[in-house]
Amino acid sequence: MTQPASDLPVPPPIAPERMLKPAQWGMASFLLSEVAFFCTLIATYVAFMGKDTVGPTPAQALSLPLVIATTICLLSSSVVIHFAERSLHRGEQKRFLFLLAGTAALGIVFLLGTAIEWRTLIVDHHLTIGRNLFGSTYYTLVGFHGLHVTVGIVAMLIVLVLAIGRELTEKFRNGVELVAWYWHFVDAVWIVVFLVVYVASRSSGA
Amino acid sequence: MSSLVEQPRGIELADRPADVAMNMGWTAQAHEWATTVDHKKIGIMYVVMSIVFLVIGGIEAILMRWQLFYPRSKVLDQDTFNQLFTMHGTTMVFFVGMPILIGIGNYFVPLMIGARDMAFPRLNAFGFWVTLFGGVMVYMSYITGGAPAVGWFAYAPLTSNTFSRGAATDFWALGLIVSGIGTIAGGVNFIATILGMRAPGMTLRKVPFFVWTMLWTSFQILLAIPPLTAALTMIIFDRQLGAHFFDVPNGGSAYLWQHLFWFFGHPEVYILILPVFGMVSEIIPVFSRKVLFGYEFMAAATMGIAFISLSVWAHHMFCVGMGRMPDLFFAVATFLVSIPTGIKFFNWLATMYGGRIWFASPMLFSFGFLSMFLIGGLTGIMLGAAPFDFQLSDSYFVVGHFHWVLIGGTLFGTFAGIHYWYPKVTGRMLSERLARWQFWLLYIGFILTFGPMHISGVLGMPRRIYTYDAGHGWEIWNQLSTLGALIQVPSYAILVYNLITSLWKGKPAGDDPWDAWTLEWMTTSPPPSYNFEEVPTVHSRRPLWDLKHPEDPDWQYE
Repeated sequence: MTQPASDLPVPPPIAPERMLKPAQWGMASFLLSEVAFFCTLIATYVAFMGKDTVGPTPAQALSLPLVIATTICLLSSSVVIHFAERSLHRGEQKRFLFLLAGTAALGIVFLLGTAIEWRTLIVDHHLTIGRNLFGSTYYTLVGFHGLHVTVGIVAMLIVLVLAIGRELTEKFRNGVELVAWYWHFVDAVWIVVFLVVYVASRSSGA
Repeated sequence: MSSLVEQPRGIELADRPADVAMNMGWTAQAHEWATTVDHKKIGIMYVVMSIVFLVIGGIEAILMRWQLFYPRSKVLDQDTFNQLFTMHGTTMVFFVGMPILIGIGNYFVPLMIGARDMAFPRLNAFGFWVTLFGGVMVYMSYITGGAPAVGWFAYAPLTSNTFSRGAATDFWALGLIVSGIGTIAGGVNFIATILGMRAPGMTLRKVPFFVWTMLWTSFQILLAIPPLTAALTMIIFDRQLGAHFFDVPNGGSAYLWQHLFWFFGHPEVYILILPVFGMVSEIIPVFSRKVLFGYEFMAAATMGIAFISLSVWAHHMFCVGMGRMPDLFFAVATFLVSIPTGIKFFNWLATMYGGRIWFASPMLFSFGFLSMFLIGGLTGIMLGAAPFDFQLSDSYFVVGHFHWVLIGGTLFGTFAGIHYWYPKVTGRMLSERLARWQFWLLYIGFILTFGPMHISGVLGMPRRIYTYDAGHGWEIWNQLSTLGALIQVPSYAILVYNLITSLWKGKPAGDDPWDAWTLEWMTTSPPPSYNFEEVPTVHSRRPLWDLKHPEDPDWQYE
């Protein structure tokens, strides 16, 4: 049966595939699961919009100036981390550290803004999670988003600690890229949250 | 003392890492297993965990069948009965079905794609332990004074503080959140591994079919589990923080819970069946000595199911009164799923057609899968017709239907996979004689348990009742069901006995006992911790066939 090796068919050469690295696939699929998670919370918020039996309603309780300021902080942090990545790829370590610290700082300002906003809501408007449906859905949605911002800040602080005074390897750069993906995602979620909570439900008159 | 462990005779011990491990002290071994990040060991732990939970869930089922044997029986009171069916459902879905499939996937996906491990080994270990702790946490509810009594889909307002006073429901929700995080970790890991770590030459059009189904199962995990996590969080916020999500008197919605739960719940049943489709699609070609018929159609059908199944969830809610348009939409979407599933069925049959069929135990269980899953699918189409569902929703007909799918489909297929791959995992063959006893006891016992439920359902018996009055004509069907359950018991005992004793009594398997074609059969049985000495190069869907038949390789025809 066996033929001489020279007569055997020769397989075609293998073309290398150009796709994402495993870690990139991992982060992308994790973010997909996060999309499903936030979609659920947002759908719940929308389902209960205007169904409250007692006040305060979004229109009564939410005020825009502070949240617009914190939104600007968060969205601009996405731009800052993008430049941080670029300087990392150019090998400008000091500039990278500075910009990454700046991103984290903008995130912290966002969280502080949320803290001030929640304090006003709780103390002045008596809006707690148990007050009405708006309270339940609002604190759950905004709270989980805030939790994700916190996780992102912690990740950036870890990167900062790891990066100070060390040579930055290829592996490290890949890790920073994934943190940046996560951070862009958190910002994108905030855009939707902002539109739903502060624009749609505030102006729905309920 | 390790010297007291009887060593298997007559085979090369040095080649078998498992035997090397047996020579370690038991504390060293326990440490090795607890800290391992090897995808194969983690896979084994997933499967062992699932079998332990399978036995627990089975005991719960037997207790319920015992109570239902006679009308007005007093074996169990109603609270105990409610707790048992809650725990039975939760256990079987979350701590048997998903982990056993994820475990088998964990073991074989890297081997089948020629990788040395999963993409994230430590995340993999984390996923397993978190899944296990989630299961333990749900069972911890017993020490708070009783398990949750809310049913596995926990309809509001049963989960509110008013109706569930103890801490059991909190333990249940927390346990499912925790194990859900483990499942998501598994899904992320599978996707990264399958998309990023295939052997050179193994394009996505050449992956083994089991790998392809694990990819789409993982996709469904990513989209289905997080909504459940969010909904369970809402339950906990309602119960612990006084939120009002499902609190109807304050404007909350019990209806919303049903939507959120079934948005998870229906993709979930496809999470439980897609990997089994994959296993059967590996086994049927090997035991028919033919290539899988219509690989491309099978692959597209898998994708089709993964997407369509995301839009059928509310067929569980026809009796809620959603209105005519939603009823129509979800009925039509449900019927649509039967098209890709039908494609799969005919392709399996076409694979067998004209083949030299070898009815070894994996093929026997695949046959059980094909015959039974078909019936479960057909009763599913019946229930998908909304007017039919209006009549039989929440009756024993539904119980009969989904057990037919989950046992006839998932369990038979998983057993086929276990019998197919056990030689690779242990280096030993399972006893064929015991496998045949196990199969026929399960086949007969299963039909006898769940067949009569369709009839008692049509006769009007509601599900989840702890007892019933005489004179409805339900007695005989319940008694047949209980009898069938008793016939199933020795089948599971035989499986466990066979799995354990074959570890040293089984015939040595060699690397490739079934003369199969995928990469896992290229390495030793059991595989070394690094899987492959040399990363294989792939040219076709059957790389091992190409190696065995260099004069007539598959890549000439694909």
